[in-house]
Amino acid sequence: MAEYETHEHDVLVIGAGGAGLRAAIESSAQGADTALICKSLLGKAHTVMAEGGIAAALGNVWPEDNWKVHFRDTMRGGKLLNNWRMAQIHAQEAPARVLELEEWGALFDRTKDGLILQRDFGGHRYARLAHVGDRTGLEMIRTLQQHAVHKGITVYMECTLVSLLKDGDRVCGAFGYWRESGKFVLFKAKAVVLATGGIGKAWEFTSNSWEYTGDGVAMALDAGADLIDMECYQFHPTGMVWPHSVRGILVTESVRGDGGVLRNSTGRRFMFDYIPEFFKKETADSEAEADRWYTEKKNNRRPPELLPRDEVARAINAEVKAGRGSPHGGVFLDIATRRDAETIKRRLPSMYHQFKELADVDITTTPMEIGPTAHYMNGGVRVDGEGSATAVPGLFAAGEVAGGLHGANRLGGNSLSDLLVFGRRAGIAAAEYAKSLAGRLSVDDRRVDTLAREALSPFDPGGTENPYTLHHELQKTMQSDVGIIRLQHELERAVHKIGELRARLKRVRVEGHRQFNPGWHLALELRSLLVCAEAVARAAIERKESRGGHARDDFPKPDPTFARVNMVVRKRGEALSVSAEPIPEMPAEMKALLEG
Amino acid sequence: MARVAKLRIWRGDASGGQLRDYDVPWEEGMVLLDVLHVLQATQAGDLAVRWNCKAGKCGSCSAEVNGKPRLMCMTRMSSLDTTQPITVAPMKTFPVMRDLVTDVSFNFEMAKRVPAFKPGPKGPDGKYRMMQEDIDRVQEFHKCIECFLCQDVCHVIRDHPENKKVFAGPRFFVRYAALEMHPLDTNDRRMLLKEKMGLGMCNITKCCTEVCPESIKITDNAIIPLKERVVDEFFDPVRWALRKVTGKGDDSK
Repeated sequence: MAEYETHEHDVLVIGAGGAGLRAAIESSAQGADTALICKSLLGKAHTVMAEGGIAAALGNVWPEDNWKVHFRDTMRGGKLLNNWRMAQIHAQEAPARVLELEEWGALFDRTKDGLILQRDFGGHRYARLAHVGDRTGLEMIRTLQQHAVHKGITVYMECTLVSLLKDGDRVCGAFGYWRESGKFVLFKAKAVVLATGGIGKAWEFTSNSWEYTGDGVAMALDAGADLIDMECYQFHPTGMVWPHSVRGILVTESVRGDGGVLRNSTGRRFMFDYIPEFFKKETADSEAEADRWYTEKKNNRRPPELLPRDEVARAINAEVKAGRGSPHGGVFLDIATRRDAETIKRRLPSMYHQFKELADVDITTTPMEIGPTAHYMNGGVRVDGEGSATAVPGLFAAGEVAGGLHGANRLGGNSLSDLLVFGRRAGIAAAEYAKSLAGRLSVDDRRVDTLAREALSPFDPGGTENPYTLHHELQKTMQSDVGIIRLQHELERAVHKIGELRARLKRVRVEGHRQFNPGWHLALELRSLLVCAEAVARAAIERKESRGGHARDDFPKPDPTFARVNMVVRKRGEALSVSAEPIPEMPAEMKALLEG
Repeated sequence: MARVAKLRIWRGDASGGQLRDYDVPWEEGMVLLDVLHVLQATQAGDLAVRWNCKAGKCGSCSAEVNGKPRLMCMTRMSSLDTTQPITVAPMKTFPVMRDLVTDVSFNFEMAKRVPAFKPGPKGPDGKYRMMQEDIDRVQEFHKCIECFLCQDVCHVIRDHPENKKVFAGPRFFVRYAALEMHPLDTNDRRMLLKEKMGLGMCNITKCCTEVCPESIKITDNAIIPLKERVVDEFFDPVRWALRKVTGKGDDSK
């Protein structure tokens, strides 16, 4: 029999970034006894790294802005693969969620009238992002964290969950371990909200921290939930490329929102060469027009540097491939010649600091070297549009771990608003579900014993594989074969390699003991990460077209037949299956909003 | 060109430990945390160290490098004398859990004791209005990444763990200052600061300000103004008399 402690709550929220915190706050406000679990200390989740802002059509800077325009921008940015209902709810509710943060103590930068200031970002027609310099995520997570603490929500820190538990068809809790002691812990709960974020650690060059190993995605798959749009992974166009050891660290899109431009090694502002047909009507075709747009939006079109992220990332990739890259394999992001030093330091303080400290570069005088970096899971666990319910009764998902809102490509700023809007909705839905359940939940002891035994297997003396080596090999494979531009045979090679890594992971061996042992933690997290990586590669094989974050060199154009389907990944036994299933049909009145 | 750093890392747990030497190759541009990751991947897979963002934004990888409290992700190898051994030890003010990981729960307990933000009424149009110049100073406090280096270096608790019962520490004085100076807040925390949070125990040596990776002027902008507010409230004879008569006396906000 495995030894473990047990805690019981109505609602268990897994993950304490923006979505998890917002879900827990709401679930608790609904009267449900709510617990929040985080892998790190509270307040360290990746939301803290979000820089640019929260997209919400407050209309403080451009009164012309409203939810309908935000909806349109989100759908077009996602190449219409989005769940339209989620995009509608998101656009409608985001302003209230931002104002609520202000009521809880957040201090956004202000307009001259004392209202919340909004900044320009890629793919957004109007200046729409509520922000605090370039550290909006820090403001958001701290505000939510402090609010949650005052509401008396139980927080379990440095706890990793390895599996959900089920009673019949429905979820009844989760099992995992304390990172500090390595001892097991079981949480019984009537409802579970997954808010575990993404899978960025599958790639070598990534903006994500160690936490983003897809635990929630893998647990959901195991429990019987569906994944969608996994192939549409987002590569952020601007990550640091030098020094090598910091390659991938995010450089905020605000640099471009605030006037920064991209140049190649010849000094050319190359984005004008990469304006796709889909966005021609709304994109400036001369530098003069693009530069006028920052102050006069009515008669000018958006600069091509502010095309959606997928377009910009591919353009940078193409410039580097054509031999017009920067010395360290990126391109130049220039704000130094565009804005004065004081403005740069005020608007982009953390970028200034980051380049000064890590690369010895003064961005007020010198262009930054940047290149694409693995950033965000556009797809994820399939949820219903309203309350974030998955296909598994009692299991909800919100934030990056959930798919649908962003379609094939997420617009910058739409993540923080997603966390708030759907975090809250998942909290309400989970609390209501928990309240509706009568009777007691029962946990299958044999299942728990199996999970405990499997979790300890990396300590078995027979193993030979080093978890750090396996992880590195996976990252190399994903970087080269499941990157920005894909090919059938490379994707197949990746699936094969991942299969091999899964087999080798069974022979993993870690040193030391259970107390705060990162090698052991990685060995367990790799189980999740390998499944997620395989889901991306397999879905990418099936989508034989290019759309949003998914680009195929062998199928370089969008294909109308694929415009109407999501790639759905399921797990039965150990095997993953992929099937193309129709996306929800959009009503005519919503379709009409997409024009113009 | 690969070079080799001589790392001297504290290994152990609550029951004790010692510094252990490792030779680890490193490359140009690396920060200390990178070198620890190389060490983990090649020689010490179970080396316990907290980290997250690796960009100075989350405040997880605090440690004492050659005796100085720092974020390891923002400590470039080129800034250290790599001809000498580099000592890396856990923060001293907090109990060791394992290796470089310490029990920082003191801070999370202190956070629970901070009286919540309590905004006043909205404007007639249902919105809050605040001018940028009125929030600039509070935004400085909101830059705090909770690395707890200021707590670590503060001698009030560093050398006297028993003071943790009666002293919130610089991080929380910054938090109190952020709330007290928030244009919308209506709570008054001065009595609490004076009576329970040990504001008076700080003798403004500015060690906290020196180690802050966000360059928050903790002493000058947070602690001293808080001390002044407390003094105004409790040691001003006119206010003292007013308080006696009316039972309150807060007109400073």
